[in-house]
Amino acid sequence: MAKIQIIVIIVNIIFLAFIAKLITKVKLREEYAIVWILITILLAIFSFWRKGLDIISSLFGVYEPANFVFTGFIFFILVYLLHLSIVNSKQQRSITELTQEIALLKEQMKNNKTTQSN
Amino acid sequence: MVKKILVIIPCYNEEETISALLDELISLQISDSFKLMIAVINDCSTDKTPFLAEKFPVTVINLPVNLGIGGAMQTGYKYALQNNFDLAIQIDGDGQHPPNELYKLLECWQKTNANIVIGSRFLYKQGFQSSTMRRWGVKYFHWLNHFFTGIHIYDSTSGFRLFDRRAISLAVKHYPDEYPEPESIILFTKSGLKIHETQVIMKERQGGKSSIQHFSQLYYMVKVSIAMFFSYIRK
Repeated sequence: MAKIQIIVIIVNIIFLAFIAKLITKVKLREEYAIVWILITILLAIFSFWRKGLDIISSLFGVYEPANFVFTGFIFFILVYLLHLSIVNSKQQRSITELTQEIALLKEQMKNNKTTQSN
Repeated sequence: MVKKILVIIPCYNEEETISALLDELISLQISDSFKLMIAVINDCSTDKTPFLAEKFPVTVINLPVNLGIGGAMQTGYKYALQNNFDLAIQIDGDGQHPPNELYKLLECWQKTNANIVIGSRFLYKQGFQSSTMRRWGVKYFHWLNHFFTGIHIYDSTSGFRLFDRRAISLAVKHYPDEYPEPESIILFTKSGLKIHETQVIMKERQGGKSSIQHFSQLYYMVKVSIAMFFSYIRK
């Protein structure tokens, strides 16, 4: 086994352990964790099966496996960022709605109090 | 029947102007067929705006988080809907829109029965006309709006507007949050609302700062253009 394989496998294990810890401490929601777990599994597969990268790159017609990895990961990261933007937009909408509701409720409460005391 | 009108004033740090504005609004004489109420929407001001507003017989709604002008306006519309107002008129908190011009919006509404009446600076070119740059911007939005909706709104960035009940209930459901004025026109025309413009005289802002300055003017143009386009293609 090559040196780099051992390093990747160790890093992988640490990464998985870290994600597991985040989930158990409820700092990371499971739906986001799935993506990260899948990635570590993918990394693990290719660190054991070194030939696999060459096979898949030639399947896609890419000469250098390294280029294939970079392109693939950049694309994945872009998609994931888009996903985060969607999550963010949804949260912003929820916050707006909650803020408005709270403001209106507070106003109503203030009103009720003054009518009661009169 | 007496029509209940809610005057919505979204405020963000307007302590220099809010008292004078409320003073003027409260002493306003309008016909008996209208009943005027005022709601100040305090968008998480960091100055004395809410305390000054509380001294007047008006409703003050304090947003616990800063939402920006669109979110603040929408809060006003929600309040109007919940409390069964027939009309809502939005006025900027910085003193740009003189309260005594308010009757012009009402007159136009009575005459045309439009769902939305927009107070325009540019129909007859009276009063404060803004800087050259901004006028170009407004011309551009006029063109873009015409392109998308086929109607002519000369001052689509004007925040001096009257909404009837149908417009209010639409705005409660969906209202853009950052720079809502030009974009909302597309939303409303697509829903089949009738929009009219009427000439009003505006003043230069009496205090505070515009939400759109320097570099952000470019951002404003780009953002609003994109938003308008997507409002147009949205089903």
